[in-house]
Amino acid sequence: MPDIAAAPALHRAWTATDPLVSVRGLKKWFPVSSGVLQRTIAHVHAVDGVDLDIKKGETLGLVGESGCGKSTLGRTLIRLLDANEGVISYRGEDITRSHGESLRRLRRKMTMIFQDPYASLDPRHTVGDIVGEPLDIHRLFQGRERTERIGELLNLVGLNARHVDRYPHEFSGGQRQRIGIARALAVDPEFIVCDEPISSLDVSIQAQIINLLEALQARLDLTYLFIAHDLSVVKHISNRVAVMYLGKVMEVAPANELYRRPRHPYTGSLLAAVPIPDPAIELTRERVILQGDVASPVDPPSGCRFRTRCPRAREHCAEAVPPLEALGADHKAACFYPLD
Amino acid sequence: MPAPLLEVRDLKTQFFTPEGVVKAVDGVSFELHAGETLGIVGESGCGKSVTALSIMRLIPRPGRIVGGSVLFEGRDLVGLSAAEMQEVRGESIAMIFQDPMTSLNPVFRVGWQVGEPLVIHQAKDNASAGVEATRMLAKVGIPNPQQRARDFPHHFSGGMRQRAMIAMGLTTTPAVLIADEPTTALDVTIQAQILDLLRHVNREFGMATILITHNLGVVAGMCERVMVMYAGRIVESGPTADVFAHPKHPYTWSLLRSIPRLDADRREPLKPIEGSPPDLIDPPAGCSFHPRCAFRVDRCSHDDPRLQPVGDTQQAACWVTQAGTELPRA
Repeated sequence: MPDIAAAPALHRAWTATDPLVSVRGLKKWFPVSSGVLQRTIAHVHAVDGVDLDIKKGETLGLVGESGCGKSTLGRTLIRLLDANEGVISYRGEDITRSHGESLRRLRRKMTMIFQDPYASLDPRHTVGDIVGEPLDIHRLFQGRERTERIGELLNLVGLNARHVDRYPHEFSGGQRQRIGIARALAVDPEFIVCDEPISSLDVSIQAQIINLLEALQARLDLTYLFIAHDLSVVKHISNRVAVMYLGKVMEVAPANELYRRPRHPYTGSLLAAVPIPDPAIELTRERVILQGDVASPVDPPSGCRFRTRCPRAREHCAEAVPPLEALGADHKAACFYPLD
Repeated sequence: MPAPLLEVRDLKTQFFTPEGVVKAVDGVSFELHAGETLGIVGESGCGKSVTALSIMRLIPRPGRIVGGSVLFEGRDLVGLSAAEMQEVRGESIAMIFQDPMTSLNPVFRVGWQVGEPLVIHQAKDNASAGVEATRMLAKVGIPNPQQRARDFPHHFSGGMRQRAMIAMGLTTTPAVLIADEPTTALDVTIQAQILDLLRHVNREFGMATILITHNLGVVAGMCERVMVMYAGRIVESGPTADVFAHPKHPYTWSLLRSIPRLDADRREPLKPIEGSPPDLIDPPAGCSFHPRCAFRVDRCSHDDPRLQPVGDTQQAACWVTQAGTELPRA
């Protein structure tokens, strides 16, 4: 059972020092079906017991390799997917099972920016329709006010408001991502899940979008969950970073601290694997190369999930699941034998 | 200096689309020497992959090589017949691609596919090709190669498929291996494994490698020499250490400044390159980077710079640095 008692302050009013979004014991499984009758034969444990707090105004980076459950966690957090177990709270209120009008209200507070600006924009709609759709759904602005709001949103993300009648194909990848950002901002949200927002963009365009996201955060007092696999980008944009592996959070710490002094062996190997664009450094760098592949999330290893690839694993690691424990101020890791 | 293994001279490849002629590769010249690893970096659409596909003569319609030559051991590949080229492709130059899922055939066993080049090019029988394939799979670090050779590609993980692709490329021990974004589809820990494997096979087999990537970190760790491409041309080339330390083209300079680095401690705004890469049907007049360039002078908007030596070891296609101006430290 998730430790609900540990969830912060459900009994008193939420204050700005409490986490804006908080999850305890969150699990999300997907059924694997097989055979003529498509019977469920197993489950993919995409998110398998996650505790996480996101503070108001911060950017929490979420990193991990493909299939580690980071996107599923992001989507479950904002109720695009329903959790199998656990509690999600927003401003101190349990939103795990919100529905109807309260879920609708939530949708105005939590939005999402998607990875692929080609797939996430309907090619048959004009930019004005795309950015205006959330306004219509939530009946926020009508008539001339609506037109003005769309223009304002386009300006906010650095697009020309005169381009409202254009279609997505008339824009470059970077501009399309700006349209996706304008759509996410339309309802004036407080919390945005950015799911790999720059991974499909060219290197020279990525920095433009990162700077835009940072400027918008400062201007609109936004809180981000920034999901990415590029550790250099995550380090740059995040205040704190959480590292996921096979459905679990392995380590969470302030960004600089995590990169300077990783405590979980998985974090250490991830950082060691990132190429640094400096031949002098690359030449002398010690290469610790992680062997093997990520284990299957259908049948994860017993005990610590990373133990099958971990250079420090001992017997005990197969017997018990290491809890995510505090190792310093604001620094937690789930490892029995952490790095120094 | 010995004669280069591969010499590309003024290569031009164009795509004849209904919207107009796309000058994907627009006068590219370079040399590749035995045993070296040459990096080609640039953003999507800069012509790096089309350069590789042109060398392999694998340009799909409506594209065509319209000019220049590709000399391999003194022979011009551009003029070869399809049958002659087929021989070069299997025997002398091999290529591995970004996405190992789409470049392996899903209906054949991995071992058979890895051994196939031997059956085709060296007239080996299936049994001895199979033995050789298993040996190669072991060399690229596939555990239980004998058993895994009997698997189909979908049984393999992404990293293992890329290993199998590399094994397939190496079976005929080619003189040149072209790797087109070999790690882009992979996770970072698997990328590290594959890069390590490429370093290892490069040493063991002594072939020359062309590594195409958009990742400057990968180039920094893998390549002795690098060429930077922009809008179908090489805008800068030289020893990797020199190009990264003292870029001589504003595009290289801006690119290096715009990427966040893992080893940087500061959290200051990034310095992006404004604007977007140009339209290759109707590129800007003069230097194609000039609309985005922080150092441009009048001449850049109408006069097209050529790749010229700048400094002792580098070449750059830039009027500003060719005139002796040093770019500030990035």
